Amino acid sequence: MASDSGLDSGTGELIALARTLGETVDVAVIGERESAAQAISLGADRVYLLGGEALVNGGSDAALQAFESVVNETRPGAVLLAKTDAGADLGPRLAARLGTALAQDCTSVGLDSDGNLTATRPVYGGNAVARVSFGTGQTGLAIVRGKVYEAPEADPSRTGEIIETSPEIDPARARVRSIRKVEQAATGIRLEDAAVVVSGGRGLGGPEPFEQLTELAGLLGGAVGASRAACDAGWIDHASQVGLTGKTITPELYITVGISGASQHMAGCSGSKNIVAINSDDSANIFKDSRYGVVGDWKAVLPAFLATVRELRND
Amino acid sequence: MVNGFDENATEAALRIKDSTGAHVTVLSVGHGFTDDGGGVPVMKKPLSMGADELVLVEDPALVNLDSFATAYVLAQAIARIGEVDLILCGRQASDWDNAQVPLILAEMLNAACVTVAQSVTVTDGVATVERVLPTGYEEMEADLPAVVTVSNELGEPRYPTLRGIMAAGKKKPVYLAPADLGLDAEQLKPRLKLQDLFVPESDRRCDFIEGESEADSGRLLALKLREDGLI
Repeated sequence: MASDSGLDSGTGELIALARTLGETVDVAVIGERESAAQAISLGADRVYLLGGEALVNGGSDAALQAFESVVNETRPGAVLLAKTDAGADLGPRLAARLGTALAQDCTSVGLDSDGNLTATRPVYGGNAVARVSFGTGQTGLAIVRGKVYEAPEADPSRTGEIIETSPEIDPARARVRSIRKVEQAATGIRLEDAAVVVSGGRGLGGPEPFEQLTELAGLLGGAVGASRAACDAGWIDHASQVGLTGKTITPELYITVGISGASQHMAGCSGSKNIVAINSDDSANIFKDSRYGVVGDWKAVLPAFLATVRELRND
Repeated sequence: MVNGFDENATEAALRIKDSTGAHVTVLSVGHGFTDDGGGVPVMKKPLSMGADELVLVEDPALVNLDSFATAYVLAQAIARIGEVDLILCGRQASDWDNAQVPLILAEMLNAACVTVAQSVTVTDGVATVERVLPTGYEEMEADLPAVVTVSNELGEPRYPTLRGIMAAGKKKPVYLAPADLGLDAEQLKPRLKLQDLFVPESDRRCDFIEGESEADSGRLLALKLREDGLI
């Protein structure tokens, strides 16, 4: 099993899933010994701790070569990757090099009665679900969605083997270099971590209403999001985009204003516990997934909603 | 249909053409381009935006290909087109959202690969790419030949000009058949077996809040959320 560099919560989730699929769970880590020990406490039997200058400085091309060599050595029944930017880039390339297949964006992975790997994944922007199976004897690669499986509690007393290795990296195949990272100043809570998200869409008609959404998010201790239409229109930065090609959010409360709920948007917010929608179109798709809805012009609904929230917070 | 993100990729290619005079070839794989249904005019949109050439790999066997088969056909066609410096693709398709064809294609062509670009420029055999990150971007350099996938952050694709539309009308697409590319039918078979495709059931039911006026509905909504302990 190959994982992302560094250990985030996703690694524990993948280990929990891997436990249901096979006898032994291997984890490949590029990083520190501490991460390897952490993987063992989360349920790994063997950890390949990958290092070496060529790997550490070689970017994704070098990481790919390293994971390829681990998979070739261990010949696992399944390779699980977290659905992160790195995982999404590595998975298809790894599958191409290994001559195997890949299931993208899986919401479940299991074994069928013949012991072959199967996976389910949302398609058509979440409007349908496909169940696919890998061939017999094929090493199945699956990129698994976050927060679908529960990470196990860390058990520091667990023991396992740490195999420290510096895989051979062909510099001729490391052809992409990082020059610099430009971080935009992050304000407030990260969308992905927020317990409350307030989003606006095309229906808002301009950038000004986002001031009301920002105040609302502030009152509720949440973050402001947006649909792709609102971002493409330049009303708010693309970093706020929720949806298939934006952020995937899983808040307790998701309040949308002027968002129709196209499947691409829903793909990024369907993990929300409670969706509340304000939209002038009573047939808008967003209401199908909403707990509460108000059909009306946001210009009338939102100020009254905001004023009431303000009063409630001041009580 | 030209995929939404593929138009962003076309725009990225045309910006490079604007600054370097590069030759832009548009390549698509499928079936039905020649139908009276209008396949060709749709595919001609990149030409009317300013692309130089349109190459269509056309055959009934080339529909519903999986990502690996699609990448295989594209790789064979690109080998046939000749020396290509930069391959720009949309960041993902509109249907199965696999986002994996460009990555597999890069492997098959033994090319460098950078995904989710908001800007692409080319100088002296190197592509400089701004890759979109959750909180900003990363500037990357990739040796050519390279495959780069383009995201909507690049900006709106240009509209075809009247002159562009006229010029595109006169251009004939280059059609390639599987035999022209020596395609191996074995490579076109899907690698995954589709067992089931279904519409998930939603257990959510929307309670519509209706007050005496729209403003009143807004007020009642806030009270309801408080009652439920959500705010």
